[in-house]
Amino acid sequence: MDEKLINHLVELIKRASTDLPADVVEALGEAKAKEPDGSTQANTFDTILKNISMAREAATPICQDTGMLIFYVYHPLGADTITLRGHIEAAAEKATKSIYLRPNAVDPVSGKNSGTNVGANAPYVAFKQWKKEEIFIRLMLKGGGSENVGKQYTLPDSRLGAGRDLKGVRKCVLDAVHSAQGKGCGPGTVGVGIGGDRGSAFFLSKEQFFRTIGSSNDDSELAALEDSLHEDLNSLGIGAMGFGGKTTVLDVFIGKQHRHPATFYVSVSYICWAFRRKAMTLKNGEAIYHD
Amino acid sequence: MIKLNIPISEDEIRNLKCGDTVTLTGTIVTARDAGHKLMVEERPDFLNDLLKEGVIYHCGPVVKKEGDKWSFVSAGPTTSAREEPYQGKVIDSYQVRGVIGKGGMGKDTLAACKKYGAVYFHAVGGAGTLIGQSVKEVMDVHKLEEFGTPEAFWVIRVEDFPVIVTMDTHGESLHAKVLAESAKQLEKLLEK
Repeated sequence: MDEKLINHLVELIKRASTDLPADVVEALGEAKAKEPDGSTQANTFDTILKNISMAREAATPICQDTGMLIFYVYHPLGADTITLRGHIEAAAEKATKSIYLRPNAVDPVSGKNSGTNVGANAPYVAFKQWKKEEIFIRLMLKGGGSENVGKQYTLPDSRLGAGRDLKGVRKCVLDAVHSAQGKGCGPGTVGVGIGGDRGSAFFLSKEQFFRTIGSSNDDSELAALEDSLHEDLNSLGIGAMGFGGKTTVLDVFIGKQHRHPATFYVSVSYICWAFRRKAMTLKNGEAIYHD
Repeated sequence: MIKLNIPISEDEIRNLKCGDTVTLTGTIVTARDAGHKLMVEERPDFLNDLLKEGVIYHCGPVVKKEGDKWSFVSAGPTTSAREEPYQGKVIDSYQVRGVIGKGGMGKDTLAACKKYGAVYFHAVGGAGTLIGQSVKEVMDVHKLEEFGTPEAFWVIRVEDFPVIVTMDTHGESLHAKVLAESAKQLEKLLEK
């Protein structure tokens, strides 16, 4: 085992768990400024912002639910991904011992918690080959409460009056965020995956969370839908923690992929205000960390 | 700001209203999915004195052990809705006065709050480090081996634990109100 690599990976996990990305903190500050001083809503944002700085200073988890570990590893041709996976598992175990992570891997049949965050397909690691020489690792910590409020729709959907077009997609997203209410620790950020099969549609919706808040979609039609949905979702008035308020979501990101002619899935994933993601570039054994 | 000490009397609880900001001081017990299932299916007696006029906290903490002593590192609330099938029965059978969690609970729990004299206290979800600091001492832990860290019953002493009443004994629920108002707006948006 390469101890240095394990330590770089532990550092990546530590940063993700204890230090919220700057774009998310900024969006939460803007949301606070929109609420009247002294209101339950403004106080809630104060608590959130205070917690974020305390966690960063003390290097303790922002949230006790340190989530599912989701890694996306971009590697050059010939990288040994089996060994790399072993190092990721060793780092997850070490980060759990160092209390940057809560043990969150449970065998669904025996009910036993492995105690290490390592288990069957845990951590989740996606390997993608690319043409660059360096290795680039993205990590998302996805909380269980926000994961539970995700939804998948099959269009057409007669309950929503949603057909197989972007208008139909819009209705699905409105419904999903409404039904989440405050349960996913709002204000959350919404990731949408259109098309693909059932499995890949959910992955696409979650991959959207590697985007930064405020970034716009390369596809102009999707960019327009993201903007109008952002406004519409905030008009629902669900607010932080579901207490009511002006900010129900921090942002909306939408991705598309080709679908089978007979299917049209819309997957909606929700990530809590504790939108924890970090990345790391590995080059010549050295690590550079990014938000 | 209302300061309450645990155990809490039925009168004190019935005086609370939706929207009240409260701080709690005293001994509380964490319980999540495995704990609630056990409390309803097997009703263990070791919780009797801890929960009588007491408070349950929906929380799976990040903990640290130094020597024999446990402490809480990060300890925000977990989603309460998962305990909806059990909560009313637990409030009744152990005479619980308060449940701390996030996201609110449903009709059965609201009815039990009214009938037996209990409220739902909402903590700020995700504020794990901040809330962890109001946990002054881990006094005991039950079912740690069997349930694992998040699901165990942690008996903790808290000081000035900050919460908001979002379901009271008068049948009011802030969650039901926000749900109804946002449902009206959703209907309008779906027509567009």
